[in-house]
Amino acid sequence: MSLPRARLLDGYRTMRTIRAFEQTLNELSLAGRVPGFLHLCAGEEAVAAGVCAHLGPADAVASTHRGHGHAIAKGVDLDAMMAELFGRRDGICHGKGGSMHVADTEKGMLGANGIVGGGIPLAVGAALSAKVLRTGGVAVAFFGDGAANQGLFHESLNLAAVLALPVVFVLENNGYGEATPVEYHARVRDLAVRAAGYGMPGAVVDGMDFFAVHAAAGEAILRARRGEGPTLLECKTYRYFGHYVGDPLTYRPKDEAERMRAERDPLDLFERRVVAEGWLATGDLRRVDDEVAAAVAAAVRHAEASPPPDPADLMRDVYVDYPRPPES
Amino acid sequence: MAERTLTFVQAINEALHQAMERDPTVVVIGEDVAGGGGRAAQGIEDAWGGIMGATRGLIGRFGAARVIDTPISEAGFIGMAVGAAATGLRPVAELMFMDFLGVCLDPLLNQAAKLRYMFGGKARVPLVVRTLIGAGLRSAAQHSQSLHAFTTAIPGLKTVVPSNPHDAKGLLLAAIADDDPVVFCEPKTLYFTTGEVPAEPYTVPLGTAAVVRPGGAVTIWAVGRMVAVALAAAETLAAEGVEAEVVDVRSLSPLDEATLLASLARTGHLVVVDEAPPRCGLAADLAALAVDRGFDLLRGPVKRVTAPHAPVPFSPVLEDAYVPSPAQVVAAAHAALET
Repeated sequence: MSLPRARLLDGYRTMRTIRAFEQTLNELSLAGRVPGFLHLCAGEEAVAAGVCAHLGPADAVASTHRGHGHAIAKGVDLDAMMAELFGRRDGICHGKGGSMHVADTEKGMLGANGIVGGGIPLAVGAALSAKVLRTGGVAVAFFGDGAANQGLFHESLNLAAVLALPVVFVLENNGYGEATPVEYHARVRDLAVRAAGYGMPGAVVDGMDFFAVHAAAGEAILRARRGEGPTLLECKTYRYFGHYVGDPLTYRPKDEAERMRAERDPLDLFERRVVAEGWLATGDLRRVDDEVAAAVAAAVRHAEASPPPDPADLMRDVYVDYPRPPES
Repeated sequence: MAERTLTFVQAINEALHQAMERDPTVVVIGEDVAGGGGRAAQGIEDAWGGIMGATRGLIGRFGAARVIDTPISEAGFIGMAVGAAATGLRPVAELMFMDFLGVCLDPLLNQAAKLRYMFGGKARVPLVVRTLIGAGLRSAAQHSQSLHAFTTAIPGLKTVVPSNPHDAKGLLLAAIADDDPVVFCEPKTLYFTTGEVPAEPYTVPLGTAAVVRPGGAVTIWAVGRMVAVALAAAETLAAEGVEAEVVDVRSLSPLDEATLLASLARTGHLVVVDEAPPRCGLAADLAALAVDRGFDLLRGPVKRVTAPHAPVPFSPVLEDAYVPSPAQVVAAAHAALET
């Protein structure tokens, strides 16, 4: 089933933006031009794009340490995000958060998160707000296969089911929790079966296929909006880069990523499908590629031109309001 | 108008009622806070109203949408409360005993305390976590700890410990109205003590200490249940002709350094009393404040009275020996006055 042309182009643009953003950051990081550690999500674009295609500003997402894609898909400004990763004053968090805490609450982006599983209950809380305040909003928790073994995952699923909250749990199973393969860290082949333990529907989705994610997420989000409670979606996906930039990837078969890129790449799969079906022409996609490349290059220029934070900002925003002790 | 006397727990309950009445975004979340709320159809509702009855009556008045019973799942519901606070609600979550921080620390330590800072000021987390602290109920080592210094040490969190019914109501209303996450510690042995409590809503501002007994000879800084211990010690000292000034610290973060140091300036001698163990605790922190910022005011050694570096024991004989006593405070005052 086709989507309207504009929705197709939006989905592709989101995926292409994530890919270009992450590839650029990989190069910048290896060249020593951005501080700190980066966890890149190239390869996983279809999940963020397919899910967030259904969300508006009143809907919330809570993300992970691998969160750039979710932020981009949720509409966080590219320039401000890049400046944040450079630690600059014009960063979306004024240089206080960095890669692992990219956030924009005005856009419903409740933050990447440095704690594995830490964002899951935040999404449950956003769903509680939506329910009590009757906003009509839903919340989405993105998290990885590693987080599915955290207590917060299990407590959050049970709580959301018990309270019938409008939240969708999107498990991005990329095959590895850091360096440990999922076959080692869990004894079920499909983590989605854990949904049954909490009395909610669970489904396995091809996370490399934008259309599969889009369909499954659409159904789950609609359920949530109707007040029918939470769903667990396990999207089987893959990360092209390592756990972090610089990861020597000694724990993965050498040809695994190459094979995935050649056979299962989410952007290629999307392109083959839309061209074969006659929904879009390759020229449409190349135009998007060019626009995205220009936007990412502009974001880097913006970030590098942004001034560093003022050291006086160190104590800003620890609290909304806090009486300072008198100077001694 | 005639004076009105309430217990500490009644004052908490009244503050919750008034906060929920005034602000539809205030919700109460916790284990058994509605107490049978899920069985209204069977005529069972509000059976407990929280383990100690602090939330009794709320479900009937405000309904199950705003008075939310949870599974025994502290990490889940404290985490949910943090997320709800960041998205438009003012949750008051009940962590039954502060000892249970052990199973739900991440939402407070890494999320609530840090969201605003990490997001460059783009988030507010107007969350209150109400929690019971202290020994005295013969509940042994996992239901008796005083962990208030632990949350005080975390930038981004505020921590208060009321010592009487009046402050319990006023500090709780201030905490609920506050836009930052506040850990509200309730000394459990004070729950059924009584005191004068005005009926109308009022606040005791966070960041204010109170001089609860004036005196010129020695200052005693105390917190929570230890305020009464300090006052009892002050009576003994007064009989000896030593007038002690007792200051109720009550807001640990933010800390009212001005009021604390002003008392020290009046007396020049200091005893710090805390129910928690001595290492890296509130008494150590306040003693450091006195030496660091008040050195020129001191005319003698700073003395601390704390619990020992041990878990809280079960046997009444042992537990009573664990908790600081008025006699220990009197002895410490004598030592502080020896120059």
